[in-house]
Amino acid sequence: MFENVAQLWDQLPLIIRIVASILVITVPLLIGMAMLTYFERKVMAAMQLRQGPALVGPWGLLQAFADGLKLLGKEVIIPAGANRVVFVAAPMLTFLLALVAWAVIPFGKGLVLADINVGVLYLFAISSLGVYGIIMAGWASNSKYAFLGGLRAAAQMVSYEVSIGLVIITVLLCVGSLNLSKIVEAQKGLWFFIPLFPMFIIFFISALAETNRAPFDLPEGESELSGGFNVEYSSMAFALFFLGEYINMILMSGMTSILFLGGWLPPLDIAPLNWIPGPLWFILKICFCLFCFIWVRATLPRYRYDQLMRLGWKVFLPFSLIWVVLTAGVLVYFDLLPK
Amino acid sequence: MALLDRTARGLFLVELVKGMALTFSYMFRPRATINYPYERGPTSPRFRGEHALRRYPNGEERCIACKLCEAICPALAITIEAEPREDGSRRTTRYDIDMTKCIYCGLCQEACPVDAIVEGPNLEFATETREELFYNKEKLLANGDRWEALIAANLAADAPYR
Repeated sequence: MFENVAQLWDQLPLIIRIVASILVITVPLLIGMAMLTYFERKVMAAMQLRQGPALVGPWGLLQAFADGLKLLGKEVIIPAGANRVVFVAAPMLTFLLALVAWAVIPFGKGLVLADINVGVLYLFAISSLGVYGIIMAGWASNSKYAFLGGLRAAAQMVSYEVSIGLVIITVLLCVGSLNLSKIVEAQKGLWFFIPLFPMFIIFFISALAETNRAPFDLPEGESELSGGFNVEYSSMAFALFFLGEYINMILMSGMTSILFLGGWLPPLDIAPLNWIPGPLWFILKICFCLFCFIWVRATLPRYRYDQLMRLGWKVFLPFSLIWVVLTAGVLVYFDLLPK
Repeated sequence: MALLDRTARGLFLVELVKGMALTFSYMFRPRATINYPYERGPTSPRFRGEHALRRYPNGEERCIACKLCEAICPALAITIEAEPREDGSRRTTRYDIDMTKCIYCGLCQEACPVDAIVEGPNLEFATETREELFYNKEKLLANGDRWEALIAANLAADAPYR
């Protein structure tokens, strides 16, 4: 029966196959994003001894959908002084870039939309482009708060991308390939977060900064910039920013799982653990990273701008640079370089 | 040595891990909030909420139109008009409370010689219009009928301390 389905699948026109695979990734992703907002509110509530959303649907599970519907029903307000084209394009760009990155994420052995051999570079490029949405929003709003938020986002993302780049280089040194599936395969037996533990921590913290999450949520900074780059946005435009931010969170969690937590691999290749299918392991690891994202948000206050810059340039950059050299040295000295 | 100590603490994120452990431990504590419309905190028997005019068990209204409540009301929220009923007993023809003036001091309740006007346990009587807060006698008597069981229990619970 499965062969029949596979034959039928092969007979379908290419375009339908591609669209179907995109939908198979995107739809669960969007539902997952909705669930993530619910999860975040519940976890934060638990840590603050509150209850969290509990009214819409069983245990409040449908809260995110109710919020989405509410935003859909709101009026789109474009400020008088705004640059209309850029103002409207910015949230679309943010959302688009957040989704596009998922093309190269391997969910399991061979389960990837585009198995390109420069997957890491692609991801890195897309996540760097993400800042444009925010800068455009900040500039096009023609509002001082939004503009400051956009500037902060630009400076912050550029600073932390440097250390993310260096962390990725250390991983690449250990793998010898830019293909994400190869990176996961290389972690069979030993996930990279064990030998590269400091890099794992740096990557995770930089991922927080990259996605503008607490304690690095300065571009939003509701207490000082009253919402930052998205002050002037309402309705679906705001929702797209929101979606983009959360999908980026899931993406960075996915990247953390692929680079350090062994992607779809089970922790030990033994009987009860390797019965669980790979994609499920991958989702579990993403959930764990997302929980850490939320956990950090519930724990730490926001960084001051100069502290943020100091951490990025004077701590993470030298530290990760030293680790690149150290890792390379160890790999060469003990002749462990991947052939 | 102090410098080394501080650097090591910073490098190994000691304070950070401590803080994270604290929030994690809080996740498993019972919540401090209540699910308000479905759960409620306890209220004292002396709670001074929405007013009510009570009746005797035979259905006769308690109020004898002595106007002590009107006299003592510091906010001048109570308006009473009275004349003898056909059977010769003295009753109110009008008993109005302007709930927008009322300061919920409870003096009317203290002044009442027959426990007719009381402040009941109800605190959810927000309205959509201002006019709905000008209570008349029917409204107050209806309140009394609605909350009588709780009001009686509260009065009984508070009686030993009076």
